[in-house]
Amino acid sequence: MTMPAPRPSASMAYQPDGGGANLADILERVLDKGVVIAGDIKINLLDIELLTIKLRLVVASVERAKEMGIDWWESDPSLSSRARQGELARENAELQRRIAELEERAELEERNA
Amino acid sequence: MSTAAPDLRYVYAVTRPFDGVPPEGVRGISGQPPKLVRHGDLVAVVDPVPAADFEEGPLKARLEDLDWLAATARAHDAVIAALATVTCPVPLRLATVCRDDSGVRRLLEEGGERFERALTRLDGRLEWGVKVYAEQPAPAAGAAPERAPAGGQARGSGRDYLRRRMEARRSREADWGRADALSRRLHAELSAQAEAAALHRPQDAKLSGVPGVNVLNAAYLVDRARGQEFADLVQGYAEEGVQVRLTGPWVPYSFAGIGDEEQPVGGGAEPAAGGAQSSAGGAEPEPGPSAEPTAGGAVPAAGAGDRGGDGAGPEAVRG
Repeated sequence: MTMPAPRPSASMAYQPDGGGANLADILERVLDKGVVIAGDIKINLLDIELLTIKLRLVVASVERAKEMGIDWWESDPSLSSRARQGELARENAELQRRIAELEERAELEERNA
Repeated sequence: MSTAAPDLRYVYAVTRPFDGVPPEGVRGISGQPPKLVRHGDLVAVVDPVPAADFEEGPLKARLEDLDWLAATARAHDAVIAALATVTCPVPLRLATVCRDDSGVRRLLEEGGERFERALTRLDGRLEWGVKVYAEQPAPAAGAAPERAPAGGQARGSGRDYLRRRMEARRSREADWGRADALSRRLHAELSAQAEAAALHRPQDAKLSGVPGVNVLNAAYLVDRARGQEFADLVQGYAEEGVQVRLTGPWVPYSFAGIGDEEQPVGGGAEPAAGGAQSSAGGAEPEPGPSAEPTAGGAVPAAGAGDRGGDGAGPEAVRG
């Protein structure tokens, strides 16, 4: 566990090297939090494609996967849902093949006995 | 777009007037020390930034560039963190930009009441981030080895395959269960100790670079003086197959916007603590490791918010 010493009055202790804060920690705070007040330059951060793709979808995919009971993180870190489905289908087919094989063998053994 | 366009004003944070200047050595996005624009009883901390980057069109394009975004986010955070050493800054969201100083004053004027409320609520407090990870099972137990012997028709290979799959699944579920249970206990206790709590979405390893599955990603608003105590409390939580990580102290980003939307004035501190205690008392599971899709929610006060995420948590994996 990373345990930075709190330095309330010195400069903040969450440097990437020392405090265990990563880019995601910073982005989720500076993009998603903080007071939202319109300046003269109007930008809706929610419209930004990058946020959708790199942050929201990627993160949501973890949740969606969990909802579906998918254990994709165990095997393939690819975050493409198509790749995940392909992976699952492949695994499924492989399992079915193995089961058929087992059943066949069991049947054979029974007959030989 | 003209290259001679005058600089725009990037606004990092709003504070009360404070003695002296921004801490020495702080450089903003422009590479220059940030400047102060005062209006009434509020001060905006600003930086002249090039229109070529921060005018509406280019800014939108720039934000798509993860490297640029990361550098800007770090600079944004660095300025605000430095400010926190001399005063209580209310952080604004990234890329809040005005045309000129009078635009900045207008922003202070329009947001005056909200800034005042946030300043009162956040003064003397810092944010701590706590994340819980279910450690990833060793890859050996996973998908890799059993594909290889597919060709070899060794007797029992099918059975072994299934057994390995089952074992991997059981071990993973045990880790999930432990991480889930620990997250709930931890979140209940920390919420009771903090003045407010907020749940963030679990992070993806691709962006965070942290191995394992992020089960809980929470932030707690804690009095400056109690920071060490709080950190010690977090340190006490650890378990096999589960990793607990602490970050901070942060400027209270996660609590700056609360009260704007979902909470009435002053709804931050006291009722939140009370709510946390009552929900911590009940054995009811509530941290909802997969936090709310959008705001993450102010947890103790908005109890309903995290319940929604609960069903999508590790429960679903076990089922």
